[in-house]
Amino acid sequence: MASDQIQNPKSKIQNQITVALAGQPNVGKSTIFNLLTGLSQHVGNWPGKTVEQKTGTYHYNGVRVNIVDLPGTYSLSANSLEELIARDYIIRERPDVVVTIVDAAALERNLYLLAELLSLPAPVVLGLNMIDVAEQQGVQIEPHVLEAALGLPVVPMVATKNQGVRELMEAVDQVSQACPERRRNRATYAPIRPEIRGDHQAVLAQIQQFIAGAVPDPYPEDWVALKLLEGDEEITSMMRERLDEARWQEVHTILMQHEDAILAVAGGRYEWIGRMVRAAMVRPRMGQVTLTDRVDRVATHPFWGLLVLAGILGLVFWLTYTVGAPLQELLDTYLVQTGAEWVRSALSGAPAWLVGLLADGVIGGAGMVITFLPILVIFFAALGLLEDVGYMARAAYVMDRFMHLMGLHGKSFLPLFLGFGCNVPAVMGTRIVDSPRARLLTILVAPLVPCTARMAVLAVLAPIFFGPYATLVSWGLIGLSLMMLAIIGVALHELMLGGEHVAFIMELPLYHLPNARTIGLSVWQRTVAFLKKAGSIILVVSVVVWALSVLPGGEVESSYLAAIGRLLAPLGALMGLGWRMMVALLTSFVAKENTIATLGVLYGAGEEGARLAEILSGVLTPAAALAFLAAQMLFIPCVATVATIRQETGSWKWTAFSTMLLLVLSFSVGIVIYQVAMLVGWGV
Amino acid sequence: MREKCVPLTTLPRGEVGVVHELVGGVGFRSRLATLGFTPGARLTMLQNFGHGPLIVNIRDTRIALGRGEATKVLVERMTNGQ
Repeated sequence: MASDQIQNPKSKIQNQITVALAGQPNVGKSTIFNLLTGLSQHVGNWPGKTVEQKTGTYHYNGVRVNIVDLPGTYSLSANSLEELIARDYIIRERPDVVVTIVDAAALERNLYLLAELLSLPAPVVLGLNMIDVAEQQGVQIEPHVLEAALGLPVVPMVATKNQGVRELMEAVDQVSQACPERRRNRATYAPIRPEIRGDHQAVLAQIQQFIAGAVPDPYPEDWVALKLLEGDEEITSMMRERLDEARWQEVHTILMQHEDAILAVAGGRYEWIGRMVRAAMVRPRMGQVTLTDRVDRVATHPFWGLLVLAGILGLVFWLTYTVGAPLQELLDTYLVQTGAEWVRSALSGAPAWLVGLLADGVIGGAGMVITFLPILVIFFAALGLLEDVGYMARAAYVMDRFMHLMGLHGKSFLPLFLGFGCNVPAVMGTRIVDSPRARLLTILVAPLVPCTARMAVLAVLAPIFFGPYATLVSWGLIGLSLMMLAIIGVALHELMLGGEHVAFIMELPLYHLPNARTIGLSVWQRTVAFLKKAGSIILVVSVVVWALSVLPGGEVESSYLAAIGRLLAPLGALMGLGWRMMVALLTSFVAKENTIATLGVLYGAGEEGARLAEILSGVLTPAAALAFLAAQMLFIPCVATVATIRQETGSWKWTAFSTMLLLVLSFSVGIVIYQVAMLVGWGV
Repeated sequence: MREKCVPLTTLPRGEVGVVHELVGGVGFRSRLATLGFTPGARLTMLQNFGHGPLIVNIRDTRIALGRGEATKVLVERMTNGQ
């Protein structure tokens, strides 16, 4: 059946073919994708999904090859969104060739995906990657023997050393050749397909008989029958709709009798794999202790593992403060402020509103985007490096027991931790969380991690209000934020997932040397994504907030922003806060640091910190000051974070939900703190 | 020599077991079966402190499992590592 599907006349005429790149996670698939496509990549999302889709092209033998990088999946069942995307693509889009990359060091488990791919009508080329790692572990594989056993091209590769890439291109070219006479070395593509075990063969035939004629195009009938037997949810509901009641009952009865068939089907596939590799693979004697095992004795230990994690995170933050923060200041002084001054002097004759719009609104917003870059690049590089060497899974492993307490997966820990530096990379970093709902939950709680900017505001204001108790109050408020994070996390987990237990099943990949190209590209792509998507939203919002703060009269005191602040005064009164404090809270939406600048303007203290301190300590009672700081810590994150939430969730609805949630939370906590503080007599 | 079936959580570090059965929903069994936890597959316990998640080596892969998940994997314990 497959050999006629190989001949896709449409693509041959246009002299271009489409290749889907499949593989399990941690097999070096993205390294190979990068080697094949170079910088011709396009990063986007799968249509209607928030799963990243990478596409690219290369030319070989006069043919333009379009590559679609499928999400990394262990199989093609309906266990995850990624698996659904991968199989839907192969079934519906009919790529000319599917290249599947396998890790030679864990060959049997990796071939499971191949066993599934072979039951779909697309020719497969096998890239046998990491043969160097396999050899280090004493595993010898004969690619030619494997090729003969499987009946499809097998290309040995060491992607990290750029070995085997041309051979892979050649094999793809061979398999995709439409006319048999143009094929040179390999005469035929004749794969040996896995067959279901004898005891289930009759059952499968029965199912296939009942569904015959009712399977929608382009699903292969035998594949649908197999998926029904496996208990695949998506295919089951599809066929329930398609079949008439009587036939569905027949099928359903058979399925109920073979509820445990998935184990037999999977077991059968592993038996097939065992037969395929038997002659091709020489395994070492058992009990070898590898480097990964030795490192993991420390890195995954419940105590030492935490110390290692703390050390690594400490290093990342040290880098951020010693390299990132000074760079940020340099950019601000030399690029943003100079730019604003240049605009002012160049437009000295222009109307004041235009100068203000450009110097404060546009350059202010663009400047904020630019000054974000050093910290983002450092965080993205750290994230990419830890991911690439294989450490990320260990961090998730040691943190899982703590994260589980609030219904989160261990993998949510790292992005959340990055939030202490900046909430933007925290939200973007949630991409490593593989369950979509757990990822959304992580994004929703991420803004409750106090970022450096929030803590900077706290560091300025706490001493003004609380003098010698400032440190105590600051730690208390940071603790409050994290407590709220835990409470909101548990609550959302109950509401969104119905308290459903997030299964912790995770591969711990082998450690390997980092690949600069892979990390560099991931930093580049994430940074560009931030600039393109979040950057424009930040710019627009900062112009709008600037306009609100000067219109109609040009003064903040009489602006629309002040009017909004006055509108919120009754709410503020519940926290003991006047309209000026409410406006300060609102402007923190553009950037957290704005809180202090706004207070300076509104209280007429100018640029001098000392006067502001004097005035502020006079206007607020300790109760109101505490309420204000608490509300400030829990308030909506800055516009950069909100824009990133929109980018990463792909939904304005969830972005609005996140904003409303934090708005309600911050005001409620502020009100409770003020009222309680009044009761205990801090109102004077 | 084979002993009777026990949950994976009771297998001490360094011990070898053979997967006997997976209990739980079809999604859970499908995920684990895909990763190689099929009846008859050998696994070695790499880390098990008696609390928290554990790590096993199965089909040349290190898989971390939460304790809840591991109790649903029934294994036959092998003595003498065979």
